[in-house]
Amino acid sequence: MCLMLMGCDDLQLNNPYPHEEAGQSILYSSFTERPKHLDPAVSYSSNEYALIGQIYEPPLQYHYLKRPYVLEPLSAREMPGIRYFDADGNQLADNVESEKIAYTEYLINLLPDMNYQPHPVFAKDSQGKYLFHHLTDEQLDDISTLADFNATGSRQVIAEDFVYQIKRLVHPKIHSPIAELMKQHIVGLDDFSKVVAEKKLLDIRNETISGVEAINQNQYRIKIKGKYPQFKYWLAMPFFAPMPWEADVFYNQQGLIDKNITLDWYPVGSGPYMLTENNPNRRMILKKNPNYHAASYPSEGDPGDMEAGLLKDAGKMLPFIDKVVFILEKETIPYWNKFLQGYYDASGIASDSFDMAIQFSGQGAAELTPELKSKGIQLQTAVAASTYYMGFNMLDPIVGGDTERARKLRQAIAIAMDYEEYIAIFMNGRGMAAQGVLPPGIYGYQQGQAGINPYVYEWVNGYARRKPLSVAKQLMVEAGYADAIDPKTGEALILYFDTAASGPDDRSRLNWYRKQFEKLGIQLVIRATDYNRFQQKMRAGNAQIFMWGWNADYPDPENFFFLLYGGNSKVKYAGENAANYQNPEFDRLFEKMRNMDNGPERFQLIQQMQEIVRHDAPWLFGLHPKNFSLYHGWYQNLKPNLMANNRIKYTRINAKQRAELRKQWNRPVFWPLVVIALLLLGMLLPAFYSYQRRAKETLQ
Amino acid sequence: MIVLWTDGLLFLLVLMIVSLGFYLRGKEHLQRPLAKIKSSRAGMVALVVLFFFVIIGLMDSIHFKLANDKTNEVISLLDYWATPIREQQEKSYSAPFSAYLYSKELIRSEDGVQRWTYSRLKYGGRHLINPETEKTQDIAKKAALGFVKGAALFGFVFFLLWGLRKQQNKVLLPNKTSKAVWLTTFVMVSGSYTLIDLSTWYHVLGTDKVGEDVFYQTVKSIRTGLVIGTLTTLIMLPLAIVFGILAGFFRGWVDDVIQYIYTTLNSIPSVLLIAASILMVQVYMANNEDQFTNLVVRADMRLFFLCLILGVTSWTGLCRLLRAETMKLREMEYVQAAQALGVRRRIILIRHILPNVMHIVLISVVLDFSSLVLAEAVLSYINIGVDPTTYSWGNMINGARLEMAREPIVWWSLLASFLFMFSLVLAANIFADTVRDAFDPRRANND
Amino acid sequence: MIQYIIRRFLYAIPLLFGVNVLTFVLFFIVNSPDDMARMQLGQKHVTEQAVENWKKQRGYDLPLLWNEQQRGFDKVKQTIFFQKSINLFTFEFGISDSGRNIGADIKQRMWPSLAIALPSLLVGLLVNITVALMMVLFRNSYLEFSSIVLCVILMSISSLFYIIGGQFVIGKLLKLVPISGYDDGLAAIKFLILPVIISVVAGIGSSARWYRTLFLEEVNKDYVRTARAKGLTETQTLFKHVLQNALIPILTGVVVVLPLLFMGSLILESFFSIPGLGSYTIDAINRQDFAIVRSMVFLGSVLYIVGLLLTDISYTIVDPRVRLS
Repeated sequence: MCLMLMGCDDLQLNNPYPHEEAGQSILYSSFTERPKHLDPAVSYSSNEYALIGQIYEPPLQYHYLKRPYVLEPLSAREMPGIRYFDADGNQLADNVESEKIAYTEYLINLLPDMNYQPHPVFAKDSQGKYLFHHLTDEQLDDISTLADFNATGSRQVIAEDFVYQIKRLVHPKIHSPIAELMKQHIVGLDDFSKVVAEKKLLDIRNETISGVEAINQNQYRIKIKGKYPQFKYWLAMPFFAPMPWEADVFYNQQGLIDKNITLDWYPVGSGPYMLTENNPNRRMILKKNPNYHAASYPSEGDPGDMEAGLLKDAGKMLPFIDKVVFILEKETIPYWNKFLQGYYDASGIASDSFDMAIQFSGQGAAELTPELKSKGIQLQTAVAASTYYMGFNMLDPIVGGDTERARKLRQAIAIAMDYEEYIAIFMNGRGMAAQGVLPPGIYGYQQGQAGINPYVYEWVNGYARRKPLSVAKQLMVEAGYADAIDPKTGEALILYFDTAASGPDDRSRLNWYRKQFEKLGIQLVIRATDYNRFQQKMRAGNAQIFMWGWNADYPDPENFFFLLYGGNSKVKYAGENAANYQNPEFDRLFEKMRNMDNGPERFQLIQQMQEIVRHDAPWLFGLHPKNFSLYHGWYQNLKPNLMANNRIKYTRINAKQRAELRKQWNRPVFWPLVVIALLLLGMLLPAFYSYQRRAKETLQ
Repeated sequence: MIVLWTDGLLFLLVLMIVSLGFYLRGKEHLQRPLAKIKSSRAGMVALVVLFFFVIIGLMDSIHFKLANDKTNEVISLLDYWATPIREQQEKSYSAPFSAYLYSKELIRSEDGVQRWTYSRLKYGGRHLINPETEKTQDIAKKAALGFVKGAALFGFVFFLLWGLRKQQNKVLLPNKTSKAVWLTTFVMVSGSYTLIDLSTWYHVLGTDKVGEDVFYQTVKSIRTGLVIGTLTTLIMLPLAIVFGILAGFFRGWVDDVIQYIYTTLNSIPSVLLIAASILMVQVYMANNEDQFTNLVVRADMRLFFLCLILGVTSWTGLCRLLRAETMKLREMEYVQAAQALGVRRRIILIRHILPNVMHIVLISVVLDFSSLVLAEAVLSYINIGVDPTTYSWGNMINGARLEMAREPIVWWSLLASFLFMFSLVLAANIFADTVRDAFDPRRANND
Repeated sequence: MIQYIIRRFLYAIPLLFGVNVLTFVLFFIVNSPDDMARMQLGQKHVTEQAVENWKKQRGYDLPLLWNEQQRGFDKVKQTIFFQKSINLFTFEFGISDSGRNIGADIKQRMWPSLAIALPSLLVGLLVNITVALMMVLFRNSYLEFSSIVLCVILMSISSLFYIIGGQFVIGKLLKLVPISGYDDGLAAIKFLILPVIISVVAGIGSSARWYRTLFLEEVNKDYVRTARAKGLTETQTLFKHVLQNALIPILTGVVVVLPLLFMGSLILESFFSIPGLGSYTIDAINRQDFAIVRSMVFLGSVLYIVGLLLTDISYTIVDPRVRLS
């Protein structure tokens, strides 16, 4: 004890990491749930992208600093060459109307000297034969993780690898979530999928897709149907990263599958980092890829980036951080506390720790509390490219349909649901009430008076104010529900809210919804069920009112409006239009808008569509969340970028500063232990004396 | 008047206990243990506390719809009584007795200027003009008033009884135990009066995230705890008694089958069994939505099923005890004699075996009660407990878990659920000890 | 003896079969294979085809209990029930609905579970016996009375409070241990201190009280009085006679739970993010990964049965009068 007390000057008893890691350039991050898939053809969620974004490199990426988001080449040497063709194969001019275009061709030139990370799939013996493609039982015995292989190899990334990955997208064994979507767009992919449907995964290499071909080692070409300008955004997603065929051969061995060594857990990439340890039950470690191609920190950015110190590293070779450790951390409390102790480098802010972290200045701007500021923590905020809405099932006889009665009811509810209060209570103001389908930052979004939803808000004194409840009540009267009495039953109108939320944390939220409907006199019945049932209900169209959200795949208005396109109706076509909204005029405009390049005409179309949706109110526009992130002072080169998922390579850790501060912040407190020990002793002593007295007495 | 499943069963249980009490009145062999319970001071005080909880729980189990209300809302007698507290909902967190919200917020005043400050509560302490200076005095005054009211009520009843007793020449406070009992009653009555009086003016235990009164929540949670603790045993008793006695008495293949059933059930980790069953209930409710249009009915159904499942998973322990005891009794001379005399087996079971194992049943019922109340909290943590809209200590603790990380920390939800749950479980444990000491023959010999 | 063990093992087969039928019925009433597929495939862009593929790959495209299209024994064999349940008897757990090999995961995760459960058990046993002995030693003094009161109080507090409180005070305020996490090898110790302390403290109330009654029963027996009369000191009798004899029920009680230690602690593990089997099970429940849940149910049942067997055997070892038949 004494020794411990003396040594405590330098002691960090609560350091969860090995002592020797202290001064190294390691980024500590976390994951709450183990990622399901790390195969770039399958992976489709942000927590997985946090990992594979660093490992796999698709042809394009989003510029780290520039706003609005622009694409720039990543594994491509320059932006793809785009050419348009008509149905007969004649090349068209670049500015031709989209109706005339039958095919678009993307020609992608690759960087000349990219190599894969060192990995056993490439390991060859002296004769040039693959060492581990036909593992014997004896070899398998010694292997429990990928690190147990005693040899690794590498090879150049070639155009054929990109083509191979596109082939993988449609193989039935892979279950790529975008297979159906891509079949609609890429020429020949549908036919290809029929050809390979019964073939083994290993055989797809020899089949060809008519619309996708590798011209030579560094060039390949993709042909898509029609114009579809959004395709370039897909090229920035890991779905289009290169995949060596060796990986599928290697990982298809049953002996490895039984040991959970699969492509879903051990990626083979060419990006700045490689996954060296993957224990999804505990932690995942990314290390610098020694074979990473030359890439440098951007030397230009937005105005203000220079002043913010974001260009200090301009032109320096990437990546800066040597190792990234992702640690399993399910509970928010421990995570937050460890962040404050300096053991995590970055953190979001849970609603419960918000008051500790953030205060608002007189002007309504968020800033850090003095306590956090004194620790050198920085705050970054950004409105996410996502939207949360309350959907009405348009097939429902009461709230749905194109009748004036139902529309007025929906509009009345839209006014009554006070999302400003919701944001204040549940999100600590970290969000903005939505005025339409599009979040800010997406083309077509309008600020100020022009952008408000005139059915719910009015413009007063320079800000949007929710219409008073009396307007909603008037709408209810017009809809035939005076005082919310359902004329059919003579009782209060009962509506049903379907949700998959059932945790105790959701209880207050659900109560809040009830309260909002009660303002109009409507009884809201909450039908909470598990996620599966909820999905089933949505597919069958049995839900009435529900909450849903959407995160943009890419920064284009098409990616939001398609959620309301009649052809995507969930019940009829199993699409993403969960409200089953169908308005011919809207659909017509959407089809037109979808293939346009950004410009005044498109902007106009978008405004028209917004107006239709606001009037029909199939959605009650909820909110766009604002992301608040905190970073310790030693974590540098950070700029919020909601689209890019390969940000880690740009960032930097000042490990020395971190080690110092951690020491300062984590002095253990011993005195309570001493006090408790003394108390126990104090309790025991008199008892001991009385015992001694008794022991001396003779037995009665 | 609406009778929910758990309401009906709860009152059935009360009825059973009361009629059992009447039936057993004056039975000779019960006098000694009952007298022993009566003379135990801790046991009787615990019983008074339990009684208080039970009254609140029963009040919360009489459900009805208000006649003049079109909102289709089902409320209980307790809700009706606590209507002001129930409806005085604030915006968000506020500390106990506070007149302000717990966190600052952006307020836009009429002239459009925004300020970042604590705003006053809508209900809590609204009668105060200047809370900083008036509050302490006001609280003390209102508390004293409430206390006096409660004390007056108690005094009235007490002296009424005292007078009656006096007429019959009996003493009301014959010994230390009855003094303790009356003292506890006095504290409970006037204490609750004080709290009730205060809570119309203040949020005595603060408010939660959506501004609901925490005191109201904890009081509502009492019913959930009681239902789980008692109904589960109601469901498990018939299973355990019938199977246990049959297995012990008949031996042979009956014994084999029953042993097989309970070993199988026992060997499944009970958490997993409960999880699967709760999911099944949810599916049932999703498929029969029209029967569960009302939130209260839905939540009640889930609560009922939870009791059912807990009953199914927990009858095995008691069953095994009863089996062993019956096997012992079977060899007793008087049972052997009855058999030799040709008394029918059914009669033997009911006349001779059942009454002689009842002490085991009683002991295990009171012992199980507290562990079931505790189990509810744990199950709610894994989301397989009661419905999230049900008020329960488990749900409260779960919410409070996140509040511990707030800075400044929100401690009152946790404290409130801790205090109420702790007092119920503590009372139950102490009472269980008393009952065990009184009824367990082994212990009876020990002293 | 050996014959007895073999017989018990044979008896385990119908038991496990019953367990399997029960869980199978429960889980497949709840969830159709379609639901499972959609659950696992995520929510963006899921098509019918993808669902069909998923089911085919996982073997969920077969009929549940009876396959009309096959002949002979295959009618039973080519069903979901047979494929998913019977393989469990050979401890082939197959792959989880999310695509990982369950057996490999269990092998990996049982060590952290043990690392927390075993020390908790041993330290707990030590502490509880010590406390109980103290209570008996100082019986009829204020120390015993206050200890009993303390025990009842400790018993009446929900385990969730212990965890929340422990993390808050020791981890956050005093900064003595990392708040949560886990590491391999010796480095794990610092992560285990707090959960072990908490589980010991949470268990003191009920166990120490129980042990106390066991000791008291022993103390009141005649031979102890004789020993005391013989002139042995209080401490000598306690340690020599009372402890030795009272240990028998304590240890046999421990033997039952010994195999179940592998299953881990559901709540402790998920609070402290320890990658053991307990948190594995909770995750599976929350994600509705029924392949894992079924495997864990099976494993739990097997371990329980092993525990029963071990208890029987340990009885014969400590008490030669008991014969297994």
